[in-house]
Amino acid sequence: MRSFSYTRAQDVKKAVSEVSSHEDAKFIAGGTNLLDLMKYDIMKPRHLVDITRLEMKSIEETEGGGLRLDALVSNADTAYHPLVEERYPLLSHAILAGATAQLRNKATDGGNLLQRTRCYYFYDTTTLCNKREPGTGCSAITGYNRNHAILGHSQHCIATHPSDMAVALAALEATIQVSGPEGERSIPIADFHRLPGDKPEKDTNLAENEIVTAIELPKKGFARHYTYLKNRDRASFAFALVSVAAALELDGDTIQEARIALGGVAHKPWRKPEAEALLQGKEVSREHFQQVADAYLEGAEGFQYNEFKIELARRSIVRALMQAAKTDQ
Amino acid sequence: MATDFIGKPSKRVDGLKKVTGQARYAGEFEVPELTHGVVINSSIARGKIKSIDSSKALQLEGVLQVFTHENRPKLAWFDKSYSDMDSPPGSPFRPLYNEKVQFNMQPIALVVAETPELAQYAATQVKVEYETEPHETNFDSQLKSAYVPEEFNSTPPPEPWGESEEQFKKAAIQLKEEYFHPSQHHNPMEMHASTVHWEGDGRITVYDKIQGALNSQKYLMGVFGLAKEEVRVLSPFVGGAFGSGLRPQYQLFMATMAALELKRSVRVMLSRTQMFSFGHRPKTLQRFSIGASAEGKLQSIIHETYAETSKFEDFQEDVVIWPAVLYKCDNVKLSHQLVGLDEYTPLDVRAPGGTTGIFALECAMDEVAYKAGLDPLEFRKKNYSEMDQTKKVPFSSKELMECYRQGAEKFGWQNRKQEPRSMREGHQLVGWGMAQGAWEANQKPANAKAILSVDGKLKVSSATADIGTGTYTIMTQIAADTLGLPLEDVSFKLGDSSLPEAPLEGGSATASSVGSAVKAVCQKIQEQLLELVKKQGNTDFAGKEVEELDFKDGQMSLKDQPATAVSITELMAQNKEDQLQAEISAEPAKEEQKKWGRYSHSATFVEVKVDEELGTIKVTRVVSAIAGGRILNPKTARSQILGGVVWGIGMAMEEYSVMDNQYGRFINHNLAEYHVPVNADVQEIDVIFVEEKDDVVNPIGAKGLGEIGIVSVAPAIANAVFHATGKRVRALPITLDKTM
Ligand SMILES: Cc1cc2nc3c(=O)[nH]c(=O)nc-3n(C[C@H](O)[C@H](O)[C@H](O)COP(=O)(O)OP(=O)(O)OC[C@H]3O[C@@H](n4cnc5c(N)ncnc54)[C@H](O)[C@@H]3O)c2cc1C
Ligand code: SF4
Repeated sequence: MRSFSYTRAQDVKKAVSEVSSHEDAKFIAGGTNLLDLMKYDIMKPRHLVDITRLEMKSIEETEGGGLRLDALVSNADTAYHPLVEERYPLLSHAILAGATAQLRNKATDGGNLLQRTRCYYFYDTTTLCNKREPGTGCSAITGYNRNHAILGHSQHCIATHPSDMAVALAALEATIQVSGPEGERSIPIADFHRLPGDKPEKDTNLAENEIVTAIELPKKGFARHYTYLKNRDRASFAFALVSVAAALELDGDTIQEARIALGGVAHKPWRKPEAEALLQGKEVSREHFQQVADAYLEGAEGFQYNEFKIELARRSIVRALMQAAKTDQ
Repeated sequence: MATDFIGKPSKRVDGLKKVTGQARYAGEFEVPELTHGVVINSSIARGKIKSIDSSKALQLEGVLQVFTHENRPKLAWFDKSYSDMDSPPGSPFRPLYNEKVQFNMQPIALVVAETPELAQYAATQVKVEYETEPHETNFDSQLKSAYVPEEFNSTPPPEPWGESEEQFKKAAIQLKEEYFHPSQHHNPMEMHASTVHWEGDGRITVYDKIQGALNSQKYLMGVFGLAKEEVRVLSPFVGGAFGSGLRPQYQLFMATMAALELKRSVRVMLSRTQMFSFGHRPKTLQRFSIGASAEGKLQSIIHETYAETSKFEDFQEDVVIWPAVLYKCDNVKLSHQLVGLDEYTPLDVRAPGGTTGIFALECAMDEVAYKAGLDPLEFRKKNYSEMDQTKKVPFSSKELMECYRQGAEKFGWQNRKQEPRSMREGHQLVGWGMAQGAWEANQKPANAKAILSVDGKLKVSSATADIGTGTYTIMTQIAADTLGLPLEDVSFKLGDSSLPEAPLEGGSATASSVGSAVKAVCQKIQEQLLELVKKQGNTDFAGKEVEELDFKDGQMSLKDQPATAVSITELMAQNKEDQLQAEISAEPAKEEQKKWGRYSHSATFVEVKVDEELGTIKVTRVVSAIAGGRILNPKTARSQILGGVVWGIGMAMEEYSVMDNQYGRFINHNLAEYHVPVNADVQEIDVIFVEEKDDVVNPIGAKGLGEIGIVSVAPAIANAVFHATGKRVRALPITLDKTM
């Protein structure tokens, strides 16, 4: 680990100006990802701005009937919050499918969105990695790529985003509130994370020195028909190979609206609204779900060690939708 | 006060120390003016170090030295000096010896600084340039150059008997299959560490993580030319090792070298990543050709093993003896070949060879049972062996039939349907599988010392180790039981090179070897007490031998004659004996033991539930029935078996050290990506100990339990997965992509 300087921010404005005025500065929230990366000498900030004392720790209803989760609410407090459990159980389930109780107590909602990939090569500084050191190459494409992408990858990077929470947020169409030197703005979750393209070093569209202040959930919570399905290599404490956040609005057996987001398959939570639209007005049935699954996986491309994810994702979509519809046949 | 402790579920005598943090591990000892070393490892698998530029690191205030092959002190020259008590044949690795890189993550430099943080930072400032040479780490492509080692590290495969090839060709049922087992690392909770205390007068005291303090002492004497009196090694507590501590690891070399050079105390601790830089369970490819009659009687077994090793040492383990131990067959051929790779030498890992060989054997036999249309348990009974065919001798004891019976009954095996995919619950396919196992019950020579004081306190010691297995506890029990003293009055000391010699703690032989020595040394004290009572003129004891005496509740008496009881402490006081002392060397009864096959046995029954579409597997029930001779302490014994079962689950479904052949480097080197089971993976486990008497294995009749618990778990799971899904997964780990 390298030496760094440290300041504690008193308000959002100061936090932003602190981080802007130091070279190589980073915010630190729960530290569960950033500190690991610093110990491995992967991220080397020279200054840390501690944001954990900011007044951004509440969960409140919004005027539009939605819910606002402040960026510093812990993952655990979010998952167990009565309003989240009642109106957005998909989000609770997704959060609780991630990490461990200890980590969720410490991890914050803002930090969760910004956690970095678990690509083995990203974590090993003796190997080549475009995300860690732009322009050096990608070891995973020709290496061990079990936890890598099958959708939206590029020749420069095939990493996945590891968050479970973000997958549920994608299905729920949350917006991310941010504040920066240029003022405040909100970013739809679909535009928050990015595909690697030729800039894999950039995980998100957050501008330099911007801070995430809150996550806003729209009114619609799909509290009746939802599922978070996570496939992994052990029963707990493992990142998703493929996960599915599925949410349905039903009128009897007829689907009014369907939302499907995939985790563990791409550099960002994977949505395909035009495929979801196939279900609109259709009856709940395995065949219809299979059609949607096929549409979701169209164009998917695997590598030596993750080819299986394509079929796994297809089957998981069907299973998740069947469970969400609670019409297990 | 009852003082018969053997066979009683005693709590750990060191439990309080462990939970209150008083138990100190190698990296925790406080010594004055300690400095800290951080090891730099190579980033290539083969080649030469062109240059190491330490100048930036050395400029940092508080950095004391950067040791490399260029400025290291003079070291021993002969291979012999570097070999330790567990070295396989070959040329042991010498840290910092020259510019050659022989494997990826090879330790190539040590940075020593006043604080660990500084040493760590300074290590990032050292620039290394290499001249890279092509490496060979790809097991599959190197298979073609497999060779039979000149010298076997372990037992050479027994000579073939019968006509295995011919009988295989003629057999009504034939199975020819390959089984694969990946490399796995030990990953004990405690990482390897050494704290070297520079005593000021040239002597050093070393706190090391090791499964036998004497091995570290021997190694340091050899490499650094130290006299025995100049180096004392202590290792009172070990936070798990599983074989990783059988050989001194490079942190010991590094810390000692730096201490001797700098004349300062030095600590070197390895990181979790560095735990992937030395020995591991070798990957193997095992080929089986098995012939059987239409009724399922075995007629021929051919078992070929190909296992990885380094290019500098021939590591080999007992992978192929198990067909000859577990099955009756008249035509058998066994072979073991090595595949040399540019990696560090593999190392014993819990039940070395047994876990590996029995996995493949028991999967193969399950396949044969199915070909014969036999229930897997019936098949095993049909081919039950009454003889250890590796040496053509009978078993000293073998209660495996009883393991079958009690295990099957507890599990409910009689309700099993033979047909695969015949049991389900909703999406889940349910499978029941079983496997059997064996492990060697060895005894090695060991020494122990005992001192009984007039206040009734007994101190026993031996330079053995407790790697979390419960050695402290059972030795205390054996000593207390033999002399009839309360547990609280007995203390046992281990993990110190100045104590009487003991073998490495490995091979499940500690209870048997050191236990026998402890018992024998306490019997010596019994003899001395008998002498005292005779000297007093006590006519009850005149002409009696110790075998005719009872020692219990602090008293000695003639057997079944409580009225003759004499208090031990009073006896000593009356004779003005402050203390009685004895030291003994317990040798196994080799000649007698040679006449017998000596093994513990197991039968494991497993239920799995496999998601039909998604392939996810849950091990919902395990029944492990063990024949392990006399059970000294059911509580610590059960813990050993539970640990073995959990590890078996990991081996079957999770553990996998991934070799990246681009770099010749294990790439999933942390516990987030190298999976071992978590609580949620472990559901119901039942442990059964069947009664087994054995006077041959050693004087206490215990066979050792450290390893028998794991050997038959992975194949039982693989067989259950087949029963559930109809799919034979022959390459571990069995992950969802292989079953979906
Ligand atoms: C072993 C392990 C297993 C895990 N398993 C899972 C899993 O299965 N599923 C899963 O989803 N997650 C998992 N996690 C990841 C965990 O969820 C994240 O580490 C955690 O959510 C990060 O939150 P934090 O507050 O600790 O972030 P930090 O580590 O403090 O920060 C992470 C990053 O976000 C930045 N940041 C933090 N807050 C803000 C803000 N408000 N505005 C702008 N930038 C900010 C930091 O600068 C840093 O770059 C696991 C983690 C570990 C260590
Ligand atoms: S996949 Fe991305 S993160 Fe992984 S090695 Fe390639 S560039 Fe780096």
